Amino acid sequence: MATLEAMPVLDNPWIRFAARRLGRIVVSVWVLITAAFLMIHLVPGDPVRSVLGPTATAEVVAAKRDALGLNDPLGMQYIHYLQGVLSGDLGMALTSNLPVSQVIGQRLPTTATIAVLAFLLAIAVAIPLGVFMGVLTRGGRARRAELTFTSTSVVLGAIPEFLLAVGLVYVFGVSLGWLPVAGRSGPASYVLPVVALAIGPAAVLTRIVRVQMVSVLSADYVRTARAKRLRSAAVYFKHALPNTLTATLTLGGLLLSVMVAGTVLVENVFAWPGLGTTMISSILARDYPVVQAIVLVYGVGVLLVNLVVDVALAVLDPRSAIRES
Amino acid sequence: MSELRFEAVSVRYGHGRHSMTAVDDVSLTVPSGEIVGLVGESGSGKSTLARAAVGLTPISAGRITLDGRSIDVRSGVRRQLQMVFQDPYLSLNPRMSIGQSIGETMPDRPRSQRSAEVRRLMQLVDLAPERMSQFPAQLSGGQRQRVALARALAGQPDVIIADEITSALDVSVQGTVLNLVRDLQSQLGLSMLFISHNLAVVRYVASQVVVMYRGRIVEHGPTADVLADPQHPYTRELLSA
Amino acid sequence: MKKRWLSVLRTPVGLSAGLLLFVVLALAVVAPLLWSGRADHVDTNVMLEGASARHWVGTDDLGRDLFFRVLVATRLSIQLALVATLIAVVVGLALGTLPALVGPRLGRFAVAVVNVAVAFPGLLLALFFAVIFGVGAHGAVLAIGLASAPSFARLTQTLVAGVISLDYVAAARSAGIGRFRVLLRHVLPNIAEPLVVNATIGAGGSLLAFAGLSFLGLGVQAPQYDWGRLLGDGLASIYVSPAAALAPGVAVVVAGLAFNLFGEAVAKGFGLTTQLGRLPEAPSAPADVPELDTEHVLDVQSLSVTLPGGLRPVRDVSLRIRRGEAVGVVGESGSGKSLTALAIAQLIEEPVQVTASRLRFRGTDLLTGSHRRLLGTSLAMVFQDPMTAFNPVRRIGAQLAEGAREHDGLTRKAAYARAVDRLRSVRIREPERRAGQYPHEFSGGMRQRALIGMGMMGKPALIIADEPTTALDVTVQAQILQLLQEIRLADEVALLLISHDVTVVRAICDRVLVMYAGRIVEDVSSLDRARHPYTRALVAAVPTMETSLDEPLAVIPGRMPDLADVSVGCAFAARCPLADDHCRQVEPSLETSPDGSRVACWHANDLALTTRGS
Repeated sequence: MATLEAMPVLDNPWIRFAARRLGRIVVSVWVLITAAFLMIHLVPGDPVRSVLGPTATAEVVAAKRDALGLNDPLGMQYIHYLQGVLSGDLGMALTSNLPVSQVIGQRLPTTATIAVLAFLLAIAVAIPLGVFMGVLTRGGRARRAELTFTSTSVVLGAIPEFLLAVGLVYVFGVSLGWLPVAGRSGPASYVLPVVALAIGPAAVLTRIVRVQMVSVLSADYVRTARAKRLRSAAVYFKHALPNTLTATLTLGGLLLSVMVAGTVLVENVFAWPGLGTTMISSILARDYPVVQAIVLVYGVGVLLVNLVVDVALAVLDPRSAIRES
Repeated sequence: MSELRFEAVSVRYGHGRHSMTAVDDVSLTVPSGEIVGLVGESGSGKSTLARAAVGLTPISAGRITLDGRSIDVRSGVRRQLQMVFQDPYLSLNPRMSIGQSIGETMPDRPRSQRSAEVRRLMQLVDLAPERMSQFPAQLSGGQRQRVALARALAGQPDVIIADEITSALDVSVQGTVLNLVRDLQSQLGLSMLFISHNLAVVRYVASQVVVMYRGRIVEHGPTADVLADPQHPYTRELLSA
Repeated sequence: MKKRWLSVLRTPVGLSAGLLLFVVLALAVVAPLLWSGRADHVDTNVMLEGASARHWVGTDDLGRDLFFRVLVATRLSIQLALVATLIAVVVGLALGTLPALVGPRLGRFAVAVVNVAVAFPGLLLALFFAVIFGVGAHGAVLAIGLASAPSFARLTQTLVAGVISLDYVAAARSAGIGRFRVLLRHVLPNIAEPLVVNATIGAGGSLLAFAGLSFLGLGVQAPQYDWGRLLGDGLASIYVSPAAALAPGVAVVVAGLAFNLFGEAVAKGFGLTTQLGRLPEAPSAPADVPELDTEHVLDVQSLSVTLPGGLRPVRDVSLRIRRGEAVGVVGESGSGKSLTALAIAQLIEEPVQVTASRLRFRGTDLLTGSHRRLLGTSLAMVFQDPMTAFNPVRRIGAQLAEGAREHDGLTRKAAYARAVDRLRSVRIREPERRAGQYPHEFSGGMRQRALIGMGMMGKPALIIADEPTTALDVTVQAQILQLLQEIRLADEVALLLISHDVTVVRAICDRVLVMYAGRIVEDVSSLDRARHPYTRALVAAVPTMETSLDEPLAVIPGRMPDLADVSVGCAFAARCPLADDHCRQVEPSLETSPDGSRVACWHANDLALTTRGS
């Protein structure tokens, strides 16, 4: 430790921050890979037998096990798995006999697209609406508006996305017939999945922005700003809004990872050809190499979101420890 | 009552380059039956010293003894030192009645004796014993601080450490707590380390004054002498303020 | 405790959520007993029919009535959700309280495990565990329970850490009470409510998550059925019979919301503080309003502040401040002195009401119209806590400069230059460098100087300082007071200094106003000449370097009445050694004496005025 600290480059707090953060993500990814590896060994029964079905002969099963390397010692398998993952080789799908990496490559972009679109939609709705409601209801004003807003957002935030999706399918697909309800076919088919994914997080985020705004507006430094007799807009946007950033960003990141997970259900409602539908069909078909890989992809996605939020917080917040000195 | 002694005590936070010395080689004695006033500004280390004595903060060098015996955090000796905190709105568990709070620190004894002892202690701090089933929320700040004192006394301590016990109180009730401290001292012969930032308050209750500045003791002596003829510039500044 | 639960049920949201929850739980108990037969009755004549009078939400592919199937599914859905929640709570509590029980090293490990786990959304964890435990109801219960445990553990850890750092836990620990007992007696009771509330909300979450897993085909397997299963089956035929998908969906949402809203209502109900009582309306007649004269910077007549409930923490306050005059306001906490300052500065917002018969600042009537520029340049405010008075995410220089840009139309550069100049004038060293720093890089005393500097950006005629030195060390305190004094004398700036500290006010003020229970009870040039028994008791109660060491300190018995209790008579009567029946019946008005001082006391002229020690 002492020798490390003696090195001048490590005096730079940003580099120390980057090193620490990088260390953490390496550990997290390792935990993730290990969990994915263990998964296949923790499932009840013989995964090969269950995918090939009871009619397969013992020789076929044994050959398949051998091909998958399942007969090697556990430590050996682990090392092979690590090597494979790190070199981008995720093994072969049991049902389709395609390389898993190819399956992922096809499905990942469609899933990522709706997740990112939904996130942008949620942010675009939540921040302006949250600020507006915060200003309107500060210091216990407009109690009725607050009650209406809070109950609506609690209800919307509590309904899971797949139920919203079913409701949207019924209203816009079945009753009104405006929008396609299944599959991916042109821009219109994106609307319902994206909206279904965005509503809940948007409601939660709006609520948080409002609560943050209300509490910041009662802070001493806002009183100071008002004592300077600034225009209200300057008080709200220059003094209050930046102070809600930390909470908004932290929660926004959390919501983005929740959204990533939410795609699993929403894709299954809309028969969307993404990772989520593939994952569920693979679980039901006991195609464990594919499941393993998708768990890994989702997990890495979540870790990346967390990393981006952490870095953004460090860069944007002047109080963050690494900016001192 | 007995003698509390700090021998070359240091408290450091953090490690390596980022460490900070809050208390630096402090030696100090609270003689039996006396009140020693400890003054200093925020960050001078006076509260850290107090927390170290009752085992809330580990010390990094030196030792703290009670009648010559080292205070081991894990042994029962700690009960013989009781602390009263600054803010009586924070230092009483809101979910426990006054009687329960006072009774908790008592050494084991039968239930009937325990209740009688709680009553006696409440009378000692000028609280009506009928209030023992009330909760802290029903008391004023001054009354709460008296409960905190009673709770400290319940542990039958050899020494009491009082950390800024009047600074969260309004002036009109500050006096009641200070009077109580003086009464208890004369009645029970209490030994006490009385921490305050206010020299006038310390002058009123303490027979000796210790001035801390940046983790070190810069002045120490009988109260009257220190106030009449301060040696250290910081003490002089305090007196002129 | 019971009262609070009842009060939750008295709110509209709490009552409807409670009723809803009751209905859901009741259905879970009775529905399978009453309607199992009808739910399982196969009728191949009516397979996959839409909603009709006979089958309210249609039938499934075996012709079974879906309405009754949805009702009967209540039990399994709720049961599974509750078991999953129980698992989450038990595992979460164990993980969450571990850091408080074991040593710091193991504690850090528990925290780290939870931190890694909460980074992943519950649904992903649930899917992961569902794969491991296998498809089916048992696997899904374990999966959802374990997946929700980390967030519950995190909550527990946070709550425990919050309580364990409080003084009463420190007091218990320093008294030698063991870790386990501290956790049991001091920590858990104080976090029980948020835990129960979150477990309730968590049960709603488990219900929804379970519906999700069953919908995906990973949860309950045929022939068993829960809402998620029915929803998944119904979705396939949504064009033929939409009700088949919608009915279980509605059931899930209603039940989930029942848990959720009930939890939220309880949380909200427990967060509420005591209710404010109502004060009988007291007339605030403007007694006599003297003519306005221009030598006064500030002229306030009959100022009152009214809270939404009708309580009035400031009543009928009148005061005038001359150019360059230093006026102190003293009083105990709750006397209304800070609110008076904020009301004068026009910094009180709706729904709190400020009324006055006159409020003039430099000859301008503040009661009508907006006077942003006048107040922004001529009135400076200094607040109590310099740690929180600056915006933490903006640089000091910019915060000083923005007022001058707003009101004096200065360019960014000119305003910044003035900010640096003002920082220098309040004796901040290296003002150029300091102006570029953030508030957290300043010490408390320096921030208070910078705040005063901010007030000096315009050309102030009045500085209102609300407890400007209370949060500072004694020696720093003296420097700040000296700085205020110098500014005042240099530019004939008037000062309204609010403080609970009699010695501070005594040190620099020309005149002192004493407030008690929302009113001015005395206005006197020197505290030594005070005639009101409260003022005299207040002065006597403060120990000084001259206080006799042989006598007990003077004290004021009792406490200031709560706002709601201020009714008839003199508010101080209950604590006053001179009080008689007249005092308790009739409130004395603030009378002006020939020497210009004012006092509100029936006994102000009694010669044998003494304060009593106890």
